[in-house]
Amino acid sequence: MILRALRKLFVELALPAILFTVLYLLSANSTNFYFPALSGVLKQFNALWLGPRFFADVLPSLERLTAGYLIACISGIALGIPIGMYAPLRRILEPVLEFFRAIPPVAMIPLLIVSMGFGNSMKITIIVAGSIWPILLNTVEGVKAADQVLSETCQTYGIRGMARLRHFIIPSASPQIIVGMRLGLSIGIVLMVISEMFAALDGLGSAIIYFQRSYEISQMWSGVLMLGIFGFSLSFIFRLFEKWALHWYYGMRDLERKS
Amino acid sequence: MGASLVLRNARFGKEILKLTTQKNAMVSVDHLNKVYESKERRVEAIGDLSFEVNQGDFTCIVGPSGAGKTTLLKCLAGLLKPTAGSVRVNGREVTEPPEEMAVVFQEYGRSLFPWKTVRENVELPLRERNIPKVERDRTVAAALKSVELDHVGDSYPWQLSGGMQQRVAIARAVAYQPKVMVLDEPFAAVDAQTRADLEDLMLHLWSELGLTLIFVTHDIDEAVYLGQRVLVLSASPTRILDDVVIDIPSPRSQAKTRIESRFAELRTRVYAGIQRAKTGG
Repeated sequence: MILRALRKLFVELALPAILFTVLYLLSANSTNFYFPALSGVLKQFNALWLGPRFFADVLPSLERLTAGYLIACISGIALGIPIGMYAPLRRILEPVLEFFRAIPPVAMIPLLIVSMGFGNSMKITIIVAGSIWPILLNTVEGVKAADQVLSETCQTYGIRGMARLRHFIIPSASPQIIVGMRLGLSIGIVLMVISEMFAALDGLGSAIIYFQRSYEISQMWSGVLMLGIFGFSLSFIFRLFEKWALHWYYGMRDLERKS
Repeated sequence: MGASLVLRNARFGKEILKLTTQKNAMVSVDHLNKVYESKERRVEAIGDLSFEVNQGDFTCIVGPSGAGKTTLLKCLAGLLKPTAGSVRVNGREVTEPPEEMAVVFQEYGRSLFPWKTVRENVELPLRERNIPKVERDRTVAAALKSVELDHVGDSYPWQLSGGMQQRVAIARAVAYQPKVMVLDEPFAAVDAQTRADLEDLMLHLWSELGLTLIFVTHDIDEAVYLGQRVLVLSASPTRILDDVVIDIPSPRSQAKTRIESRFAELRTRVYAGIQRAKTGG
């Protein structure tokens, strides 16, 4: 058991390790200004991101993302459930929703800067405006696909109102809702960075832009590396959440595959 | 019909206790008619159905496929509104799913909540009735024991075989403590041996719990083996073709009952009814 786990870990880590080594060796004697040696980037990484910049830039970014993403999740699911449940509501709203979804949220940044200023609320609004759509639309689809027999089971056993929502509608839509949440998270990270690049005094996006403007290329690269680690860690945490929330779903699917 | 014993207060002649053996209709269907209408066409699923099921009876309903059995069941369960006529359960007209009725669906895989364990599935309807936790636990444990599944309470339904899943659905219906249990071809998708076991389980539960059972099936042998009475439905628009009293004494057994000559006679009569139904006679 332990042996198998170790082997799995080895397989998963092998390619990143090889890529890292290759890049490290290839870039060792780099004289290209824009692609500096990895060793230099790592040195900067160590000094900046494992130091004061972590609190000065990474945490503010994380706060904005968390706030925006949670608002997007809650409102996306809360709006998606009634839209998914009532066909007339869906017919009225679907064209409008498709239209708003089609507007790239980045296009709203200038407008939001004018109306909301440079503060956190503007950035949080951008994150919500972008990441709500996959969550909302997947919730609608998931709720719409609720099983007819289970629905009749609820009716015959007096499971209605909030109980029906809690024990039937939400769990049955949860695999699809979580797909939407995963898409929403990656969109949220992109928008967090872009909004910080437009207008911010701190945050990962603002730091990368700052280094670029002052031609501190190794520092800039270290910021990109930090952003990679940032996104990777969040998606790792998301995977843990997903495994916990959908353990029944994966268990059922694995069993179906085997048979 | 039926005898009754009445105790009266000696001086005023007022009834103080009335014991009666009169059988009450638990379910009565009166000139039920169901038409599905859409823009393109109009399908009359149920023509004109009237019958009564007495309290404590085990009634089987058989009919050829497409005989509107499921439509009938949904009307009984308050899941579909009749086009004309009425269904009464325990004296009240059915306009929504009646509280005293539990339903076991054919598609066991789709009627249990896959995100809930076996125990949680059985417990859920009781939670909505605000039954205290201690009593709920006791009821759930007893229901699981009655279908011999007390050892798998913490498993998920999808980890169990088809027959076991259907037993979970039956346990949920038992725990709900209904007056009437309605089953829609519950054993149509399980293998023969499991099916025989489940049939005996139904007979056992029926004799233990004193339920009124309405069992819809397309299997003639199953209907005759289980029921005290078999209603034979015609092809749609559905009418009742035959109403057969199954006078085979209880307890019944798979090994003996099925080779009795009376079983063969009744089976032949029901079979003839079904054949007539298919040819539209």
